This record gives sequence, C-alpha cells and structure tokens, in this order.
Amino acid sequence: MSYQSMEEAYARCEKEGIEFWKAVQLEDAEERDIKLDDSWKQMKGMWQAMLDSIDTYDPALMSRSGLVGKEGGIMEEYLAKGDTLCGDFMAKVMANALKMGCNNACMKRIVAAPTAGACGVLPAVLVTFYREYDVPEEKMVEAMYVAAGVGQIIAARAYLAGASGGCQAEVGSGSGMAAAAICHVKGGSKEQLGHACAMALKNLMGLVCDPVGGLVEVPCVKRNVGGAVNAMAAADMALAGIVSQIPVDQVIDAMKEVGDRMDVSLKETGVGGVAGSLRAQEVVKKIF
Amino acid sequence: MASIFDILGPVMVGPSSSHTAGAVRIGLIGRQLFGKQPKKAVVYLHGSFAATGKGHGTDKALIAGLLGMKPDDLRIPDSFEIAKEMGMDFLIEPKELRDAHPNTARIMMEAEDGKTLELQAYSIGGGRIRVSMLDGMEVNFSGETNTLIVRNQDQPGCITDVSTVLNLCGINIATMQVFRAKRGGSAVMVVETDQVVPKSAIEMLEGRQGIMKVTFLNVSEKE
Repeated sequence: MSYQSMEEAYARCEKEGIEFWKAVQLEDAEERDIKLDDSWKQMKGMWQAMLDSIDTYDPALMSRSGLVGKEGGIMEEYLAKGDTLCGDFMAKVMANALKMGCNNACMKRIVAAPTAGACGVLPAVLVTFYREYDVPEEKMVEAMYVAAGVGQIIAARAYLAGASGGCQAEVGSGSGMAAAAICHVKGGSKEQLGHACAMALKNLMGLVCDPVGGLVEVPCVKRNVGGAVNAMAAADMALAGIVSQIPVDQVIDAMKEVGDRMDVSLKETGVGGVAGSLRAQEVVKKIF
Repeated sequence: MASIFDILGPVMVGPSSSHTAGAVRIGLIGRQLFGKQPKKAVVYLHGSFAATGKGHGTDKALIAGLLGMKPDDLRIPDSFEIAKEMGMDFLIEPKELRDAHPNTARIMMEAEDGKTLELQAYSIGGGRIRVSMLDGMEVNFSGETNTLIVRNQDQPGCITDVSTVLNLCGINIATMQVFRAKRGGSAVMVVETDQVVPKSAIEMLEGRQGIMKVTFLNVSEKE
C-alpha cells in the first residue's frame, strides 16, 4: 500500500538508510510488482514528455476561446531584454509555466502534474533548472519521484481536483510537489523537502477554482506562474533552514478541511470568483 | 490505489485532467466493460460536467473513450465526426442525477444484438475515475486494475463459486466488494484481481446456478 503520510515515508527512509525518492521508487516497484529498472524507465519517460511538451509551444496559437495562447512568447521576448524585476532565471521559470499552461489550453499533449490545469508548475521549476545549470539527468528523474511521492500522499489525505477542493488542490498541490522536488535537486534533506512542501501548500491554501466560462484558461494559465514562483520561494526558505511550524501531514489535512468547507461556486463550476465577474460574463456571452 | 504515475501523468491531451482525460477514461471503461463499440450511446452529464463540460471537451472526450481512444489521442477533438464514420449513434444531455459527485456521467450503451449496459462513473482528478453504478446497482471501483463483475441472485454459495473458480485458475483476489439491492434480490460482486481472468473461467462462472451476468475489465489488454 502506498504511503499514507510523509511520516510513514520518512520512517522507511530511516529504517533502510535511503533517500526519500528511493522510498517512493521502492514502493512503486513493490506495489505494481515490477522491476526497479522498469519503474525508472517509466519515470524517465514522463520527464522526457515534459521536456518535449515545453518545446512544442507555439506563440502563434490561441485557444479556442481566444483568451490565452501567446503569453509564453510575450514573456520570453520581455526576458530577452535582460531587464526583469525577478531576474533572468525566475523570468525563465515564469515563461515556461506560461508555455505549458498555453499548450494545455490549446489541446496539445501535456503531462498532468498532478492535473492538466496545474501542468506548468513542475516543468517550469524542474526543466528550467535542468537547462540552466549543469545537473545530471538522473538527479531530475529522482526529483520526479519526490514530486510523485508527495503528490500521492496529498491524494491519499486530501485531493487533487479543483472540483473537489478548489485550486489549492491543483496548483497548490503542484506547487508543494515542485517545492519538494527542487529542494531534493539542491541537496535538501527529506525533512527539508517536507518543509518546502508544507510552506508552498500553506501559501496557497484556500485558493479557489474559478475558471472563466469553465475553461482551463483564465486564470489557470497565469496561476501556474504563481505556483512555480511560490515553489521556488518555499524551497529556498527550506534550504535556508526555515521550518514549517505545522508538520506537512497536518498542513495537507488542513487543506482538505478548507476544501470541504469551500462553497461549490468556487470549485470549478465557473460560477464564483473571477468567473463571476462582469468581464467574465461578457466574455462567456461572446464564446458560447 | 493511486500509482505515482496517476499523480505524474497521464500524458494527455488538454485542457482538463478531470473533465477531458477523466471523461475519456469513463468512456473507455464503458466500452471495455461492454466488450465492443456500442451501436448507440446515450450520455447524461451531471454537475460540473454539465455546467462546464462543453468548454473542456468533456462531451467529445466521452465519445472518444467509447470509440476506444486513450487520453493522449490527438484525435479526441474530432471524436464526433469519427463516431459518425464508425457508425456509432450518440446523444448527450445534461441531467441532474441524485446524490451524484459533481463530475458524473451516466452512459447507456446498446449493441446491435440488443445487449445493453448502463454505467455511471465520476472523475476524481488527475485523469482518475471511479465507477459508481452498473445496471442500476451501486458499485465502487477504479478500473485501474483487472476487475471481475458478477451479477447474481442474493443466495448462499455464489461468493464461494466465484472464489473457487478464481482459485482453480490460480488468480489472486486483490479486493472484493459485494452489494445487493435487497435480501434475496439482485446482487453484484466486484472483484479486483492481480491476474487476468481467462475466458474459460468466465464461461464456467456464467454456467453456475444463481449467476446472471459476468463482465471482465481487462486492463492489460492492448486495444
């Protein structure tokens, strides 16, 4: 049975003297009765699919509604001028998050991580880092296991669908997974990656799912940027030695409680939040 | 149980894992349980599926699944036209379903020979789904593992028959659920298995006293 808590995964790491990612891989191989090597190949395939998807981005394409599509290209042009507020690397993270979000809205092939709406967060953090710095690919595949393991525990204790728990469950979870993953790449301990995840989740707790017209376009594409930047900040805090005073498992439980209390108009129904704004209603009239 | 590749993944065509990829899976599991492409399908969309389904391509995704497409199939946006070419009639309607999850679809399938199957399922995000009703009986399974579904009379011995036949074929039961409408009435067993249940075992079961219908969802099967 897969891990039901980060504590349970930590306990195995300590008992067997292994890293967090390895505990996730071992559990996957045992649960599905496959060889470790086959599990690795499959994960490497997911990593490759992420790399491929970013490269299929076409700034000339627009979604069917015409609301999104070109944002990745606009950001890239801007960062090429070398005068961004957030710095070159963070601007690249933002551009990649936009590209993936636009790819999804334009019905291109993407990797759900953990969902399609949040598909930009993890590659924005991991792929950008991989291409910017000299990191062995093995390290990135390990980081994918970290992200998947964390996501699995969130799925077991809470949920990953906007319709069930709001955007905190989608971009929030993606951000928590990405924070933990990049923390591992930077040499963080299992406790540090747990803190990174907890801080990322807390920062986005309560985030509602309010897509205009019910389409995964506005505000979803840009929220991937928010999730990616938040993940980087949470990972940096954890690597600095800052801890989450609330244990990560309890943060996940709190997210579940918040999601349960969230009104249905704020859970992917296209009714509340910015979906209910005057402008959104005008846009919807035009589209449908 | 969620595999880590349900968390990272699926590799899919956008825009929504719950409303597009999950909907393809619901259609595909319907088709796999039915055993063939239906001649006619009526689809009800409930809750968020009804409210926002069109913008997410939920309707096209469900039909794509019924045609045997998987969530990463680039033909999903064209499924309505492909259904016409392949001779499958379909009707899609919004409908309020009682006590249903917000992302629920109900599919009624009919074959040329009159065979029917009614399935209700909901999408839980990340491309994963749960089947909640089969031919009007409440059930609860994911369709992620091999699943044997047995419709039987609620009478002594049926569960023993099923476990005996599976034992004879060397099949390990991963999980087992039993449901019944009322005492002595219609009942259903949902058995998730570690191995594929062979045709011979299904035929053996179909011949048993009290067993009315046997369906097997083979997830190892290549389309």
